[in-house]
Amino acid sequence: MVAKQLSIFLENKQGRLTEVTDVLAKENINLSALCIAENADFGILRAIVSEPDKAYKVLKENHFAVKITDVVGISCPNTPGALAQVMNYLSSAGVFIEYMYSFACGQVANVVIRPTNLDKCLNVLKEKKVDLIAANELYRL
Amino acid sequence: MIWNETIECMDRESLRKIQSIRLKKMVDYVYHNTPFYRKKMQQMDITPDDINDINDIVKLPFTTKLDLRDNYPFGLCAVPMSQIVRIHASSGTTGKPTVVGYTRKDLSVWTECLSRSFTAFGGSQSDVFQISYGYGLFTGGLGAHAGAENIGASVIPMSSGNTQKQITLMHDFGATMLCCTPSYALHLAEAIHDSGISFEEFKLKAGAFGAEPWTESMRCELEKKLGIKAYDIYGLSEMDGPGVGFECEAQHGTHLNEDHFFPEIIDPKTLEPMESGKTGELVFTHLTKQGMPLLRYRTKDLSALHYEKCSCGRTLVRMDRILGRSDDMLIIRGVNVFPTQIESVILSLPEFDPNFLLIVDRINNTDVMELQVEVRPDYYSDEINKIVALKKKLGAALQSVLGLSVNVRLVEPRSIERSTGKAKRVIDKRVFK
Repeated sequence: MVAKQLSIFLENKQGRLTEVTDVLAKENINLSALCIAENADFGILRAIVSEPDKAYKVLKENHFAVKITDVVGISCPNTPGALAQVMNYLSSAGVFIEYMYSFACGQVANVVIRPTNLDKCLNVLKEKKVDLIAANELYRL
Repeated sequence: MIWNETIECMDRESLRKIQSIRLKKMVDYVYHNTPFYRKKMQQMDITPDDINDINDIVKLPFTTKLDLRDNYPFGLCAVPMSQIVRIHASSGTTGKPTVVGYTRKDLSVWTECLSRSFTAFGGSQSDVFQISYGYGLFTGGLGAHAGAENIGASVIPMSSGNTQKQITLMHDFGATMLCCTPSYALHLAEAIHDSGISFEEFKLKAGAFGAEPWTESMRCELEKKLGIKAYDIYGLSEMDGPGVGFECEAQHGTHLNEDHFFPEIIDPKTLEPMESGKTGELVFTHLTKQGMPLLRYRTKDLSALHYEKCSCGRTLVRMDRILGRSDDMLIIRGVNVFPTQIESVILSLPEFDPNFLLIVDRINNTDVMELQVEVRPDYYSDEINKIVALKKKLGAALQSVLGLSVNVRLVEPRSIERSTGKAKRVIDKRVFK
């Protein structure tokens, strides 16, 4: 349901992504999803990892600008119109989405959503019986 | 506390008399012992007999850093090398370093000035001084060392660098006073925070910070981060080194040891003296130096002098905080910019860390400034537009203070190099022909 996502501020500099992934690899932390939002001179790496609290701690120790953000994970059929339906539920209930990222795998598509209003978003999704992914499940994908 | 109440609290008239007697003696001394000054005075058609009291100082020739370079290394010494017991040299970022020679008496005067400074900072024999200025050619380390020993304090001669060991010894030896550059003090504060040792476990109570210009906002930052009183100690190697001036508990200007270094403020363009309270270039004349006495040395530091008695009881003149050396001043699209102005803007906003790097370049015949600055960890956001808003906020604050646009580039925490001595805040890539 509500999962912890890591948000890491990174300068647009060669090798920074390698350094983040190296730090996580050394601690045996797995990445299950990630995306990068970019700007002219910096980017924000958003990632779902196997152990978010531990990852946060080690990244902090290595002086990365890291934050934990609450996101919602859902799963929907990998068919045309399935996501459109979920989006319809949310927009008609007045839930705005700051950003989202998704990936399809076989029969299902997993979507990570960062809504402006988390509780409201969850209520709508539950009410409409959308398939929510438990945090632990998301971390271990 | 006051180390030398007789001098530090002397009435201005008596002090003026001492300065007059010393200046007359000094001019006579350099005329007969420094060929450089004899020649200059002869060119100006003046002799020591023309100097009768301190007001006559305006008749004397100026000395510049260039004169020191031209007479490298010992051309301005007034004594034979057999009388020189110590040599220091400036870091010399451009070309050859400037060299200063001290006689045994010069060292004792210097130590006296530092003893006054440390006493004003609340230091005494019951204190443990950690000297984290570099030991060596730089005047900071050995100078502060001698002053702290002279007041009877216990001295830890750390020198600069090796930050982890600095923290361990500061903690284990119970250092109460820290002497270093303000930028290194900031770095130490960060490193202590990282070490996980609580600030309460340290006995530190005050810091003697100098060797680079710093701002009032930086003082607040250091006092808050380290939980100490942060005092300015002013100096320049051409005069002696640190201890030319010091702050007292009132923290309302830097008292100058004017019985040894006579200060004037001049208009840097016309070279005419300026009235008290007005900002101009600070000029010093040695009143007691033997080894390498200088007349009217142009420091290139900009400040103003205030002669009213201080609430601490001292009558020694107070100098305004140095905005910056005129050497440090950048001219960007015709506007004067001091790195300290940028520091104070950054520190006025809670979102930013005081470490910064300003890169100046000339692109298509226009000066451009890029400011690299770190956001404090708590203020980094998950959202691009919030981070962009932070950039805009700082850009607007800089624009309003400097009257110039600055490209703000936010960088990651700890990505700007920390200095253990004098911080390098500006990279000027412009090529002037």
